[in-house]
Amino acid sequence: MKLGRVVATVVSTIASPIFEGRTLLLCDLVDERGELSGGYLIAVDTVGAGAGELVLILDEGNSARQIVGEKTGPLRTVVVGIVDDVELGEPGRSAGAAG
Amino acid sequence: MQLARVIGTVVATIKAPGLEGVRLLIVQPLTRELTATGSPVVAADAVHMAGPAEVVYIVGAREAAEAMEDRFVPVDHAIVGIVDAVNPIRGDRQ
Repeated sequence: MKLGRVVATVVSTIASPIFEGRTLLLCDLVDERGELSGGYLIAVDTVGAGAGELVLILDEGNSARQIVGEKTGPLRTVVVGIVDDVELGEPGRSAGAAG
Repeated sequence: MQLARVIGTVVATIKAPGLEGVRLLIVQPLTRELTATGSPVVAADAVHMAGPAEVVYIVGAREAAEAMEDRFVPVDHAIVGIVDAVNPIRGDRQ
């Protein structure tokens, strides 16, 4: 999975049937510190993400289709979580804490 | 999935089985500001309606073949939607 920041919605009337009624979010890819790491992905929203939120993006087809409950279809990228916090360093210790 | 612009058509008479009747378009991948990035690729038109200069979104890898009517075809990029608009949304951390 990847970290991303929601920056836009993509409006599309003509699309493969699997996208009907689903929200497409354009997400910038970011690193573990939330800095832009270059590139973006268009992902189907499954969690109600929006407004510049840091999100967890899954970019693998079988898992993506399983999440939306479809067996087939050209769906590969979905937003599967909204990130509350990223802790770096030892588990349970915040990134800024020394020693 | 990525944004791309249709910049051409590929005509091929001799193709692998399963590709008969499949429209092959040359698409230029785009940044989110809709400027060209990277090299153009040939993508199958799974929506049957993508026209010249249109902004579309494409899917790669195995999911590209999933977009086609016959799911077991040698396709590695497919156009799965036509973009009407990309609407920026304002957030507290942008």
